[in-house]
Amino acid sequence: MIKDQENWEIAPSSSLFDLKLKEAWAYRDLLWLLVRRDFVSFYKQTVLGPLWFFIQPLFTTVIFTFIFKQLAGISTDGLPGPLFYMAGITAWNYFADCLTKTSTVFKDNASIFGKVYFPRLIMPLSIVLSNLVRFGVQLILFVMFMAYYYFVRGESFSPSWAILLFPYILLLMALLGLGLGMLISAMTTKYRDLSFLVGFGVQLLMYATAVIYPITTAVEKATEKFPRLSWLIEYNPMSILIEAFRFGFLGKGAFSWASLGYTSVATLIVLVVGIVVFNKVEKTFIDTV
Amino acid sequence: MSEIAIKAENLSKAYQLGDIGTGTISRDLERWYARIRGKEDPFLRIGETNDRSSKGTSDIVWSLRDLNFEIKQGDAVGVIGRNGAGKSTLLKILSKVTAPTTGRITGKGRIASLLEVGTGFHPELSGKENIFLNGAILGMRKHEIKRKFDEIVDFAGIERYIDTPVKRYSSGMYVRLAFAVAAHLESEILIVDEVLAVGDAEFQKKCLGKMGEVSKGEGRTVLFVSHNMDAVNALCKSGIVLENGVVGFIGDAGASVDYYQSNGAAVKDTWKREKETLQPHFSEISYEILGKQPELTLRVSFKTTSGGNFPPAMAVFGIKGSTGGTIMEAIPSIQPYLQFKGKANHHVCEIELNGFIPGTYTLYAWLGASEAEGYDWLDDVLTFEINDAPTPERTFPYSPRTGFIVANAKLIT
Repeated sequence: MIKDQENWEIAPSSSLFDLKLKEAWAYRDLLWLLVRRDFVSFYKQTVLGPLWFFIQPLFTTVIFTFIFKQLAGISTDGLPGPLFYMAGITAWNYFADCLTKTSTVFKDNASIFGKVYFPRLIMPLSIVLSNLVRFGVQLILFVMFMAYYYFVRGESFSPSWAILLFPYILLLMALLGLGLGMLISAMTTKYRDLSFLVGFGVQLLMYATAVIYPITTAVEKATEKFPRLSWLIEYNPMSILIEAFRFGFLGKGAFSWASLGYTSVATLIVLVVGIVVFNKVEKTFIDTV
Repeated sequence: MSEIAIKAENLSKAYQLGDIGTGTISRDLERWYARIRGKEDPFLRIGETNDRSSKGTSDIVWSLRDLNFEIKQGDAVGVIGRNGAGKSTLLKILSKVTAPTTGRITGKGRIASLLEVGTGFHPELSGKENIFLNGAILGMRKHEIKRKFDEIVDFAGIERYIDTPVKRYSSGMYVRLAFAVAAHLESEILIVDEVLAVGDAEFQKKCLGKMGEVSKGEGRTVLFVSHNMDAVNALCKSGIVLENGVVGFIGDAGASVDYYQSNGAAVKDTWKREKETLQPHFSEISYEILGKQPELTLRVSFKTTSGGNFPPAMAVFGIKGSTGGTIMEAIPSIQPYLQFKGKANHHVCEIELNGFIPGTYTLYAWLGASEAEGYDWLDDVLTFEINDAPTPERTFPYSPRTGFIVANAKLIT
C-alpha cells in the first residue's frame, strides 16, 4: 500500500497562475521515456536514419547561398556565405521545429489525452527536448563547416567570448518556441484556422528574422525605406538570439546585454502566458477538439 | 475502513451539441461579456435532461446533472446505466481528462484510471519499452515499473515476445500486455471502464480475478463501469445507477442491478426518423406483441425509404437482453429482397419469441444489401417488455446462471 494518501479535488477551474510545475516534475520519468520514444521511432522508420538531420540544413544552405548571396548580393557581415546562412538556419530550425510541433500538440495527442491524465505540459516539453537531439546533430555539422572554412579555406573569423552564452541562448530559443507553440496549440483546439496560419506563418517569420541577413544592414535599410516598420526586425527576439548565436560562434553579429535582457524578459512573458493559457485549455479541450 | 474515498458534490457537466467551431468567437465574447457583468453563462441556462432519443430545444445538453454521492474506502462500486446515461462522462471527470462544468469531487489517494488499455503504446517499440512508456503515462515512476516488471510480463504471459515491437503482436497479446501494465498500478483508487471485454475467455477470467483481488484483498477502492451485469454482480459490493445524467439508485450491487433491469429501460414501441437521407434507411418502426405465453410473437412493422437507386436489401432485427448482449438475431428476408420504390415501402415481419422470460428487451434493426454493405443500423431502437412467464416454473427475472430463454422441451420417456 502507498503511504502518501493525498487529498485531491476536481473542480471546474483552478487558479489561473497555478503553473502545475510541481505536478510536471512528478512525471519526469515520462518526459524521458517520451523523448526516447521519439528518438527510437525516428530511426526505426527510415533508411538513411540520422542522415536526414544533415540533408535539410545542407540543401537549404546551398540554395540560400546561391539566391541571397550570389544573385541578390545581400551582405553576410563579411563572413563566408555558407557559414553565415548555416548558423542562421541551424538556430532558426530549432526554434521553428519547437514552435510548429508544439502548436499541434493537443490535436496530435487527442487520443491519449482523451483517455488518461498526466500533466499535459509534459508533451510540449518532450517535443522541445526531442528536437534538441536534432539540433545537436545539426550543430555538429555546423562546427564541421566552421573547421573546414577555418583550416582548409583559411578564412579569418574567430569565435568570441559570447560562445559561453550559447547554452543560455539555446534555452531562450527553446522556451520562446515552447511558449508560442503552447499559446497557439491552446487556441487551435477551438479555432482550427490557426493551424493553417502556423504553416506559412513560420516561413514568413523567417524572413522577418535575421536568418538571411545581418540585423544591422536590415535595420539600416528598413529605417531608410519603411521607418515605421524597422522595429519589427530590431525587436524581434529571434533576430536578437540568432545574432547572438552568430556572434558567439563566428565573432560577427550585433550583440548587446540590453537586447539580450530584453529578449529574456520577452521570452519569460511569452512562456508564462503560454503555460497559463495551455493549462486553462487542457481541462476541457477534449470536449471541443 | 469507512473513510470516504470519493465524494461528489453537485457535479454537473454540460456538452454542446452539433457543430463546435462555427460562431465560437462571437459566442465566447458573449460569454465573457455575461461573466464580467456577473451574470450566468447565457449558453448554459436551459436545464434539459439528457435523453438522447428525443430532440431537445437547446444546443446544450447536461450529460451529468447535480450528482451527489460518496464512496467509501475499500469499496468496489459498479456504475451502471444505459448508453448515454453519463457513465463515461463521470469516469472522464474522475480521471481528470475533462473538467466538470459545475460542482466538484474531492477525494483521498492516488487515482489510476483505465478508460482504455494500451494508451500511448507505440507500435515500433518493443514490449519492454512499451511497458515502461505506458506505465509512466499511467502515472508510475520508473523504479516502480522496474520492481513490478517481472510480475507484469508474467501476468501478460508474453515473455517470449518481450523484445519484439508490439506491432508484430497479435491483438490478443497486445491487449494482455496493456491490461497487465494497468493491473499493476499502485493506486488507492482504480477506475475501470469496460476494458474487460477483451482477450480470450481465459484472460478475461484472469482479469476479473485480478480486479476482485484488488478490491477485496488489497482494500483498494474500485469504480467499475460496465454493461455486463454479471461482472458487476461478481465484482462489486455496491452500485450506482445513472439515468439520463442523474443518480437513479444507490445501494448494494444486487439491488442496483435489479433496479437497472426492471426500471432502467422504458418501453418504447414506435420510432420515426426525423431527417431523411439519401441512402436506403428505415423511416418508421413499430411493434406489437401478439399471442400468449409460451407462444409470443413480436410483429415488427417498418417502412423503408430510399433517396436514390440502390440494390434491393434485406432487413435484420436483433433482440438484446438486460445485460446488453444480443440474445438472438432474426434474418427474415434473405429472399425475396426488399425493393425500394420511392418513399414508404411498408413491410411487416413476425419474430417468434418462444420461451422468453419476463423482462425488458431492446430491439435493433439493420438494413443492407449484403453483410458487407450496410445501409442503416439502428441500435437499441425500440424497447419491449414481457410480463408473463413462459412456464409457471420460470417466473423469476434473468440471472447469469439461468439465461433469458426457457427452451421448449418435453420429457419423452
